[in-house]
Amino acid sequence: MKIAVTSTGKNLNDPVDPRFGRAAFILIVDSDTFSYETIDNTKNVNAFKGAGIQAATSISEKDAEVLLTGFCGPNAFSTLKAAGIKVVNDVTGVVGDAVKDFLSGKYPFAEEANTEGHW
Amino acid sequence: MIVSIASGKGGTGKTTISTNMALSLKMSLTLIDCDVEEPNAHLFIHPEIDEIRKVSVPVPEVDMERCSLCKKCVEICQFNAITVVKKTVLIFPNLCHGCDGCRIVCPENAIRMGEREIGVMEIGGKDQIRFINGRLNIGEAMAPPLIRSVKRCINNDEALTIIDAPPGTSCPVITAIKETDFVLLVTEPTPFGLHDLTLAVEAIKILDIPCGLVINRADIGDTHVYDYAREEKIPILMEIPFDRKIAESYAIGEPIIDALPEWKEKFIRLYEAMKTIVNERKRKGK
Repeated sequence: MKIAVTSTGKNLNDPVDPRFGRAAFILIVDSDTFSYETIDNTKNVNAFKGAGIQAATSISEKDAEVLLTGFCGPNAFSTLKAAGIKVVNDVTGVVGDAVKDFLSGKYPFAEEANTEGHW
Repeated sequence: MIVSIASGKGGTGKTTISTNMALSLKMSLTLIDCDVEEPNAHLFIHPEIDEIRKVSVPVPEVDMERCSLCKKCVEICQFNAITVVKKTVLIFPNLCHGCDGCRIVCPENAIRMGEREIGVMEIGGKDQIRFINGRLNIGEAMAPPLIRSVKRCINNDEALTIIDAPPGTSCPVITAIKETDFVLLVTEPTPFGLHDLTLAVEAIKILDIPCGLVINRADIGDTHVYDYAREEKIPILMEIPFDRKIAESYAIGEPIIDALPEWKEKFIRLYEAMKTIVNERKRKGK
């Protein structure tokens, strides 16, 4: 299973970026091997609007099944839902630990967005 | 002549100037409240509204029978208002600017434009004033299309149209002041007033529209706004003191010219001064 995690850096030992759409990087981590691919999200960081929609589309194209992040807005959430990606909000710590914690069942899936859209 | 009243900083007195000028002039004119997020000129004019017109913007609708999921619509959209995930096309109407780009690039002709209501236009009048305002729906972010609709009601043959613009210098303001003959900037002599005035003047320079200043609460603050006006060669066309009587009249929705009738003549002179500048510029062939 591929797990997308928003990250402030390019590696598994970087802290989770609390923002989804405007995260610095998004790591797509393989839950079996912990090998990962890094998505540079710079373009979205400065997006006028709809950063979450773009980020959700990107991780869907990488076939992620789960997203671990801090905050997820309503547009991003509905895009992720349409893509069949399950969302875990309020994730903290470093990326690698977040994935381990998720696999050990520490985090419940979110039922809805946990922040307002950016206007 | 079309005059827009703008400010940069909010709360400097745009509506006070727009409404008092409209009420002072003894000619037929149009007053348009383009501050569509919170129109308030009607509170001073008390117009009778004869017509309420709904204003909509186009939004794409996708025929999934035809869609090949090619994502050309996603690539062209500058506002991330449309995306394709797996086999679903998602449209976010709140982000859509209605540019029609997605429909044009669709190779399958799978997109047609539907409509989304964003607000209303209220059309009416009071004595010699034809009155129009735009009222954006609560929670709606797309002010410029509504402002454009309201501005389509301008009759170019009319001697005077006054546009009460929104505060700031972003898209709604530019939409409101664009293609007007003169921008009257209302400011106050404070660091905040000057800071936002500077932004507004820079925007107006790009639009190449002549402008003049009204300094409200002119006897408070400092002299930097005056220094700036001198350096930029922007004429100061009116000064309004920080007067309790003016504040009191505003607070009960009464025009200054009712509370202090001697101001009527000053507003007429303000109009004359703008007219002179605009005519001068026309004579120079600009």
